[in-house]
Order: sequence, then C-alpha cells, then structure tokens
Amino acid sequence: MSAAATGTFTPRPGGAPLRRQVLAQARMEARLMLRNGEQLLLAVVIPVIVLVGAVLGSARVGLDLDGRPVDVFTPGVLALAVMSTAFTSLAIATGFERRYGVIKRLGSSPLPRTGLLAGKVLALLLVELLQLLVVGGVALALGWSPAASAGAVGGAVATAALGTAAFAALGLFVAGVLRAEATLAAANLVYLLLLAGGAVVLPATAYGGFGEVVRWLPSGALGGGMRTALIDGQVALLPLAVLAGWAALGTVLTARTFKWE
Amino acid sequence: MAIEGLTMRYAAKTAVDDLSLQVARGSITAVLGPNGAGKTTTLETCEGYRRPQQGRVRVLGLDPVRERRDLLPRIGVMLQGGGAWSGVRAEEMLRHVAALHAHPVDHDLLVERLGLAECGRTPYRRLSGGQQQRLGLAMALVGRPEIVFVDEPTAGMDPQARRTTWELLEELRGDGVTVVLTTHYMDEAERLADTVHIIDHGRLIASGSPLELTRGGSVSTIRLVVTRPFPPGAPESLTAALGPGTNVTLLDSLSLLVTGPADASTLARVSRWCEEQGVLPESLTLGTRSLEDVFLQLTGRELEEHAS
Repeated sequence: MSAAATGTFTPRPGGAPLRRQVLAQARMEARLMLRNGEQLLLAVVIPVIVLVGAVLGSARVGLDLDGRPVDVFTPGVLALAVMSTAFTSLAIATGFERRYGVIKRLGSSPLPRTGLLAGKVLALLLVELLQLLVVGGVALALGWSPAASAGAVGGAVATAALGTAAFAALGLFVAGVLRAEATLAAANLVYLLLLAGGAVVLPATAYGGFGEVVRWLPSGALGGGMRTALIDGQVALLPLAVLAGWAALGTVLTARTFKWE
Repeated sequence: MAIEGLTMRYAAKTAVDDLSLQVARGSITAVLGPNGAGKTTTLETCEGYRRPQQGRVRVLGLDPVRERRDLLPRIGVMLQGGGAWSGVRAEEMLRHVAALHAHPVDHDLLVERLGLAECGRTPYRRLSGGQQQRLGLAMALVGRPEIVFVDEPTAGMDPQARRTTWELLEELRGDGVTVVLTTHYMDEAERLADTVHIIDHGRLIASGSPLELTRGGSVSTIRLVVTRPFPPGAPESLTAALGPGTNVTLLDSLSLLVTGPADASTLARVSRWCEEQGVLPESLTLGTRSLEDVFLQLTGRELEEHAS
C-alpha cells in the first residue's frame, strides 16, 4: 500500500481471484439451501421417508420385485434426491433471487455470470453429496448391498451428473420465465407428479404400457440409469443419452428466455 | 464520468431525454428530481444494467456495457431496494460481498461505521427499512471502489441515520472516492453535493453548485398565499407593480413566489397590489432562495415529497 493511502475508503478496487469468488458463492448458496426448512425437507427428509416407506411397505403389500426391496428402491431414491435438489430447490431459490434483486445485486459485483452459474452448480453438488451420505447411510442400515464394480460407480456418477445438468437446466428455465410464487408452485407440482408417475423410484416396467413413455422423461432416465448402475453394475447408455438431450433442450430454453431481473 | 445525449424510451414514455452531464473525480454529485424524473434509469445506464438507446455513457473512461467486466470491480452500487437473500443474516451478506473483492474494507470497521452491529445476526427480511438501506450502502462500499452510485441513500432512514450517512459520504469524498447519488430530498443535495444536476421528465433543467443555483442565499423570496384564486393575469400585473429585479412565479391558483429583494418597499408594493386586486393574503412568508425554490421556478411544480 502506498504511504498516501491512509483513509478507510481510499480506493483500492479489484475482484478476488475467480476461483475464490466461485467458492464463496457456492458456500453461501449451499448454506442458505440447508438453512431453509422446506428445502431441507425436500432434500433429505422426503427421500428418507420414501425409502423407508417403500422398503417396509413392499414387504407388507407383497410387491413383485426383481430382488430385495432395499436394493431395488435405493437407486431410485438417490435419483429422487438429485431431482429434488437440481430441479425443485434450484428453481425455487433462483426464482426468489430474481424477485429479491439478489441476481441484480451480484450483477454489479465482480462475480461474472459464468461464476454465478458455477457457484450454483458447485452448491448443488455439495448438497447432493450430503444427500448421498444420509440416504446411502439409511439404506445401508436397512441392508442395502449395491453392485460393486467400476461400471456401477461410473454409471451412477455419470447418470447423476447428467441428471443434475438436465434438471438444473430445466429448473433455471422455469425460474427464469415465471414469477417467484408461480415457480414455487410449478416446481413443487412437477416434483410431485414425477415422484408419483415419472419412474424415478419405481422402475418404468412397473407402469405397464405407460412405461414406454416415462422412460423418455428425465425422471425415468435418471431413475433407470441409477438402477442399471447400482443393481446390475452396468453403464446404461440410453438413459445417459436421454438425459443429455434434456440437458441440451433445457440449456437452449434457458439461454433464450432467462431474465436476470 | 460523462453522459452525452442519453435518451431512453420505454413503450410510450420517454424516461430520459437527451441528457448530458459530467461528474468530476473525487466529488459528490447529486442528481436531484421528483420521483419518476428518470434518475434511476440514468444511474442504471452508468452501472451497465441498461444499454443506452441513444447517446454515449462513459464511466472511468469505460463503456459500462461493452467493458463491463473491467468496470464492475471499480464501481460500488447501492440499489434502491433489495439485493439480498431473504434468509441471509446482515453480516453474512456483507462478508459474502467482501469475499468477491480483492481488498475489501475491514469488516468490523464497516459494521461499526454503518451501525450494523445491532442487527448483524438478523435475517435480511426482518431488518427495518433503514437497516436494509445501511446494509445496501455497506455492500456498495466494501470493495473500495473508485466511484459509488447510491440510489436514494437515505430514503426510509430516521434523522439520526441520515446524518450518519451524510457524514460517511463526506468521508468517502475525503478519501478520494467519487460519489454519485440520486435524491428527491432538497436538503440532502444542498448539504452534500459539490454539484447538483436537477432533472425533470428526463431532462436536465439546471446544473451547478448549490451555491450557484441558489445564488448564495443573496436572493430573497416572498411566498404569497391568498384565500381566493388570483384574478387572470395576476403574475404579469404583480411583476409590473414590483418593477425590475424581481421575478414572479405562479405556483397554483392560490399561491405565488416572488424572487428578488425582499425589503420593506417590495413588501409594501405586494400588499398594495393585493388591495388593488381585491385579494386577501392568507400568509406572506419571507425567506432566502433554496434549491426547492429553484426547482419551483424552473418547473412551476413542487417536489411531491419533502424531507422531514
């Protein structure tokens, strides 16, 4: 510092290194997401309830499954967790950021838009990691024994990554065109519809003839890809291609329509 | 900083109309005008939020839209409202914005100077309007910018906080920071600004130091309010009665403003004129010309809101 620069506010402008800015943004967004009760419910509590309910319930109802219930349901519940964070949480958070002028405020900070986006993605991955630990922990306690091969790990990671990309792009699209309240309603409604009828937790084959349709949905592809990886230990290429397609579509739609304010 | 011939239109409305002004480095410049005069639009064009439809804007010699990435780290922006997550704590938000900058102002110092310690752990949505304003100002200053744009900085603040904010803005100037502020408070502009640009309907109607604009208080004013509307042609006949060196502005059907020497002889002429015209004065107020009067004379209207 020069000797003349003595005042508290003497100009010394400059942005922090981009990596530090992105990390700060990711930390902030992840913290806010986990602090919010509804978001936490969506991220952790609902998937755990669905997992425990499905495992205990299937025994009582006598559902006909290809394997032990916990092995069949856990991959789908992990897919559900990805969907809730990458789509519903992200859409709602971004919708309200637009409403409250957060995106506008950050728009005049040194953080570039690509940095903001990178921060959001990093925050999503952090929350998803936490979800994996909680849901995976509960599943292991219930006796889950996933396939343990390179294909299992590779397939699950690739499916989760492309699933995150697809749902995040679609979530940003919704948040970018609708008002905050409408985004809240739409994101929750879509989540519930896909949870019930989107072949996330239940395999597409459980839907009968309708299964041929739902496997092309991002939810069906995400759930299917996770099941192939974690039950059969293989990489399923079709679901990955379907997810990549949705990610591309969502990105194009978002890029065309998103308004920062 | 320079604006040349800036014009911005939205649908049928012209928000900014061929506006040109300059801001000197290290000064406090106030853009003064009523609500809806185009102040915020002008500021947001300088901040790179809006692309000029016509004209040219340069801030620190840079184009705010094309050279945005170079410009942003060097400016500080205080928005008119919002700008924080609803669940974020005040100090947490400030620390976050600080983390985006290379050489932020010391956190504790800024918190103390802006009186944010009392609400540091309060979520943004539960801050009072004044506290939100102070946090907004802190976020604009934390990156140690060369130029800060503050949009209505003291709106919603109590008198104590307003004074503290004014002192802070003066300290900024002392430290070599250029301050550009919008306000509809006459006293704020008069107290703080080195240069005042008065705008109305998107047009620049007067520029100068408060002293130049008010002619150093050497010009006196008489404000006359009557009980029944003035007869037609009243300003002209009063001007004729008062003679040269005075200026008469009709404010509304019941009041007018006389600018000029407010001495005993002028007062006597005003009362004689009232007698001749058959109007009954309700009040006759003497004063020196303020920015308020300058605005009145230029536009024939009062600013709709007054500082308390």
